[in-house]
Amino acid sequence: MANQNIEQNTDHSEVELQAMNVKKPSPWKDFYKRLKRNKAALIGFYTIVFLSIVSIVGPFLLSMDPSDVDVINKFSRPSAEHWFGTDHMGRDIFTRIVYGMKYTLGVGFGSVFLGAIMGVPLGIVAGYYGGRIDNFIMRLIDILLAFPGILLALAIVSILGGSLVNVTIAVAIYAIPGFARIVRGSTLAAKKLEYVDAIRALGSSDLRIIFKHILPNVSSPVIVNATLYIASAILTAAGLSFLGMGAQPPMPEWGAMLNDGRDYIFDAGYIAFFPGMAIVIVVLAFNIFGDGLRDALDPKLKN
Amino acid sequence: MSTNESILEVTDLRTSFFTEGGEVKAVDGVTFDVPAGKTLGIVGESGSGKSITAMSILQLISHPGKIKGGEIKFRGKNLLDLSEKEMRKIRGNQISMIFQEPMTSLNPTYTVGQQIRESYKIHQGLGKKEGSKRAIEMLKLVGIPSPEKRLDQYPFELSGGMRQRVMIAMALACKPDLLIADEPTTALDVTIQAQILELIKELQDELGMSVVMITHDLGVVAETCDYVAVMYCGKVVEYADVRTLFKNPRHPYTVGLLKSLPRSDRDQEELTPIKGTVPSPDEMPVGCRFAPRCPFATNLCHEKLPSLDDVGDGEQIRCWIYTDEWNGDPGVKVYEPERTTEG
Repeated sequence: MANQNIEQNTDHSEVELQAMNVKKPSPWKDFYKRLKRNKAALIGFYTIVFLSIVSIVGPFLLSMDPSDVDVINKFSRPSAEHWFGTDHMGRDIFTRIVYGMKYTLGVGFGSVFLGAIMGVPLGIVAGYYGGRIDNFIMRLIDILLAFPGILLALAIVSILGGSLVNVTIAVAIYAIPGFARIVRGSTLAAKKLEYVDAIRALGSSDLRIIFKHILPNVSSPVIVNATLYIASAILTAAGLSFLGMGAQPPMPEWGAMLNDGRDYIFDAGYIAFFPGMAIVIVVLAFNIFGDGLRDALDPKLKN
Repeated sequence: MSTNESILEVTDLRTSFFTEGGEVKAVDGVTFDVPAGKTLGIVGESGSGKSITAMSILQLISHPGKIKGGEIKFRGKNLLDLSEKEMRKIRGNQISMIFQEPMTSLNPTYTVGQQIRESYKIHQGLGKKEGSKRAIEMLKLVGIPSPEKRLDQYPFELSGGMRQRVMIAMALACKPDLLIADEPTTALDVTIQAQILELIKELQDELGMSVVMITHDLGVVAETCDYVAVMYCGKVVEYADVRTLFKNPRHPYTVGLLKSLPRSDRDQEELTPIKGTVPSPDEMPVGCRFAPRCPFATNLCHEKLPSLDDVGDGEQIRCWIYTDEWNGDPGVKVYEPERTTEG
């Protein structure tokens, strides 16, 4: 009987093998295919790629320096020479925006990365071990959440002192609860999967289970959350700089530039308008890309 | 108990879950033996605590569950005294477990080969090359054709029966002394069930291991087991060798189970189900757990919990009827064998 079965199985396997020969798309191609269906997300994605390239390559292509003061040409309106005009000290706004891009993106990526580095392990430990550890960690997170975001960041920056690095740290600390909560939830779900029990019954250590079997399961909500959080991190950082708590002059940070333009908003609105628009575009790009990413990474929405 | 040497002796094992509604005693004083090289069946309805017993043996109970007491002696060593690190060396190496759902017991994101190699990596520190070689041998052993090709396939590319074979290959990779099979065939269709049971039996003979077969299917028990422990509400109510159990069941619950099973070898007018339902954990009877559903129950049964006593021939029963204290009808016949069709 056993032999017969094996024969049957062999027939079966030929069919399966043929099915195998049909090319499977690589995960990246598959992902891009699904992202492509959402046109807005694709635009967001390309905007982010384009801006990232500009922030790296741009400074080498520009003839002016963001701190070049040209008092004679101050308050020039946008023209062929000064695309976005000049500010109250005659500095070229276009040059400053291009140079400022790396600070904006740096704060966005940096704070989210830092926040994830701290929040993800906390969430995994809380969800995986449960009980008292879970309670302890999550109550700490609740305390963090009890402060309004900008207020917490303000408090941290006033303790650490105003600089872009400190703003990054402040925003990162505020990102921790979001990551920890999302990861804890996904870990709770992943922990209950039967294959995690099965691998534990094989003698796998907790660390091994977490890295090989839990982490891949929590990665997609983390990526989506990170992308969406970059947008709000950029906004918070710009807000802090606008309030004078972040980037210090003459750093061409967009929030700080917005603040510079505040006094002349009725006479020379373009000084505030262009940095403001830049912030809007970047935040919008990250938001619509994050939304598209969520749809693309959700297996339930496949096809 | 049995005359054979035992590989696993579980004594008075108690596992509880501490929920908001209070303590739920899922396993409440379970005692049984697994003779070396033999198969013990643990039978019971859903919620009788059979799976929790299995998980307790490997100490895979997680929060809010806790093993409260008892002894689990494996080769004479009490597993409950071991540290988590020592326990990890036993899991998958000396005691292995296979699960009910082959669809969900394999990680869909890793290939079959990666998952079988995991066992070798954890316990023997083998690398990819040597691990693959052993994995191919294992796949051959569990009857999977062209194992070299299977190694690079993902679980979703295999059928249910194949996946269960892969699970068995993973569990047996390090040649354990004891295999715990938690309803290994429940999720499979009938023809595949027979194949998998046959395979486990063959491998048992080949590797000389003992098996704990957890099931609610008395058919599976009759086919594969040497000894049977019948569980009800977290307690063992009857422990006997398989022939005795089917020929002369003594506990009213066992009798009830057998009567509710269709049999092809007996004249049977109709099936007799056990009346009532399993009591919920928060209204567990103080006396015999089965008393509310038992047709023979007396006031003694309702008031006092009987102990699990030897009744000779290596059989153990938890029932007042077989004790001197029995105050009901002294000539009560719990089981009357029906006439077999073959005469």
